[in-house]
Amino acid sequence: MSVSVPTQTPPRAAVRRRPGLLSHRVLSRLAPYGYVTPATALFALLMLFPMITVARYSLMDGAVTKRDAVFVGFQNYAVLFADPVFWQSVGQTLYFTVLSVVFHLLIGLGFALMLNSNRIDPTLRSILRVLYILPWLFTAVIIAIIWRLILDPNGVINSILMALHIIDFKVEWFSSTKTALNALTFANIWAGYPLYMVSLLAGLQGIPKELYEAAEIDGASAVQKFWYVTLPQLLPIIISIALLDFIWTMQVFPLVWMTTGGGPIYATEVLSTYTYKLAFSRYEFALASASAVFIFALSMVVTFFYIRHQKAR
Amino acid sequence: MKFTKSLAGLASAGALAALCTTAAMAETTIEFIQWWEPEMPAGALRGIMDDFEKANPDIKVTLVSGPYSATRDQIVVGAASGTLSDVVGLDGAWVNGLAKQGAITDMGPLMTAVNYDQTQIADIVKVDGKSMMFPLASFVYPVFVNLDLAKAAGVDTLPATRSEFADAAKKMTNPDKNEYGWVLPLSLQNPGGIQNDVMSWAWASGGSMLKDGQPDLENPMVVGTLDYIMSLQTAGVISPGIFAKKEQDKVEEFVNGRVGMMVDSLAHINLIRERNPNLNFAITALPAEDGYTGKRGLPYASWGIGISEGSQHKEEAWKLVEYLMSPEVNGKLVSIANAFPGNVNAKPDFSKSDPLFEVAFGIFQQGKLANEFVGLPVAEELMRKMSVEVQKMFDGQQTAAQAAAASQAAWVAEFAK
Repeated sequence: MSVSVPTQTPPRAAVRRRPGLLSHRVLSRLAPYGYVTPATALFALLMLFPMITVARYSLMDGAVTKRDAVFVGFQNYAVLFADPVFWQSVGQTLYFTVLSVVFHLLIGLGFALMLNSNRIDPTLRSILRVLYILPWLFTAVIIAIIWRLILDPNGVINSILMALHIIDFKVEWFSSTKTALNALTFANIWAGYPLYMVSLLAGLQGIPKELYEAAEIDGASAVQKFWYVTLPQLLPIIISIALLDFIWTMQVFPLVWMTTGGGPIYATEVLSTYTYKLAFSRYEFALASASAVFIFALSMVVTFFYIRHQKAR
Repeated sequence: MKFTKSLAGLASAGALAALCTTAAMAETTIEFIQWWEPEMPAGALRGIMDDFEKANPDIKVTLVSGPYSATRDQIVVGAASGTLSDVVGLDGAWVNGLAKQGAITDMGPLMTAVNYDQTQIADIVKVDGKSMMFPLASFVYPVFVNLDLAKAAGVDTLPATRSEFADAAKKMTNPDKNEYGWVLPLSLQNPGGIQNDVMSWAWASGGSMLKDGQPDLENPMVVGTLDYIMSLQTAGVISPGIFAKKEQDKVEEFVNGRVGMMVDSLAHINLIRERNPNLNFAITALPAEDGYTGKRGLPYASWGIGISEGSQHKEEAWKLVEYLMSPEVNGKLVSIANAFPGNVNAKPDFSKSDPLFEVAFGIFQQGKLANEFVGLPVAEELMRKMSVEVQKMFDGQQTAAQAAAASQAAWVAEFAK
């Protein structure tokens, strides 16, 4: 005899509320957090933690070097802001950065237009493309060595200028307070324009030909076509790269350090070299941290505009 | 039978425990951070460590090697984070900062514990009376003279006084041929030029930049030295590009025959020979003030050695320091490195070295080692501050006396911290 046991199907709600298990809805809500957790953890460990540590050091006296370092509030910032060399380095950083960004853009755009032009032979264009991108392939150390050799009092530039009777004495480009900052800026412009060139060339190649044809039909001149077609089309790229370049250039260290070390006197002192000297020459890690926080704040201002621009797009 | 088995088991366990204990003893590993290994012939320093390990089978040494600047940064970070290696290669310029930070230990008690004969050490660098560093190998800085350039300029004898040097430098200078009498590196990236190429002139004449351990830069000897260097610049005998020039640029110009004389480390003799085998050059002691008859101070740089305060194996670390400072090992090491010994009883063998080392050893024995930056607080920063003031002097912004006064004020502020 068999006894049939009626099977009872539990109501749906009961299944959902099984104790000890998360519901599907909760799991669905948690899933995105699970995906971003590894990246967030890495960001917290490698970026956030050091940033908070540096900010904390900037509020302490004798951070790192003293075992009994104490909280001193904004005293380090007061010391920093009272130092005339600090403000000189801020001014020189902005001069170096603004000039670099402007010339990066002008040269990069000029070369991109040249490489995009049909008036140049395709073979020559390919050769120029390789030549123009070369500075981008060198590391900062190599760039520093190249420019130290070129701008040496006995270097190529002086030889050429003297042969052309433009100068009648050997200019000490990196060694004179009058020329060092401009020489350094020049080297940095040379090293950085290819980023613009490559990005803008890609942008130029993406502009629909119909726009130029329409402009031509309307009787637009070459300058008008550049001004009313090319430039507006490239503007989003230009703004993005210029803002990023501004942030990167403001933090340039190896090129300055390896060519002039911030000298002669304080003629090429920029915020990065100023901060480095505080930390590794004077062992004033608290002051160096305050200076680093200042650089961070400056970068954040530009970053804010960059993010706003990206959102607007 | 069962008892025998148990006994065998016990014996095995005992043997295993003994083995483990032996292994644990053999595993006492100490770290030794320095920048010397890359500067010595391949395998030379490791070979010395292997000999040490043979003599001390319970200690293993791990070498942590890198270039000078990277090692310095690593030591700074290690000192800050409490992870400094057990044995530390030191530059005299770092000692004060590391000692004040409590990162390196006083080797006095370690020496007392083994009745170590301290008189055999050429110079013990002390901070607040505590023995922090032994110079293991010293590289003196004589004047290198390009003999071909000197002969062509009519300079027959190596300069021994300041006026002879100035005279020789003037004769060797010919801007049209791109030749200059002297080269002076004053780059702010590495301000060592102030120590090796500027203050060395004062030390050579028995001068000092300190008084009772405090800055004394306004004394007549220091001001006179700055005045003398300025006179060389005014005479146009210094190779151009001073403010951006580094030590390697200085050597490069000498190697290429563009400068007649330079103050440089003996360590560069081999490099100069390799770069330009045809260069005919000699060395001589740094010229002193006219009429000076005392012992000449010889600027030097050292490979110093010390022990980390945080080391868990101070005894083992001391054994390594003692081994490296012993006359035999020290003599062997400095012979390989082409340096002068830190142990006064060591006898370096220069038979396989460049003949100029023999000459240099004679200069070394007649003079005295002089480098007042060793052991000073933030020595590199002091050099950099003085370098800025000397640059202002060269730039015509101030006189030698004003440069000395400004440096004095900057140094006093640093010493007061």
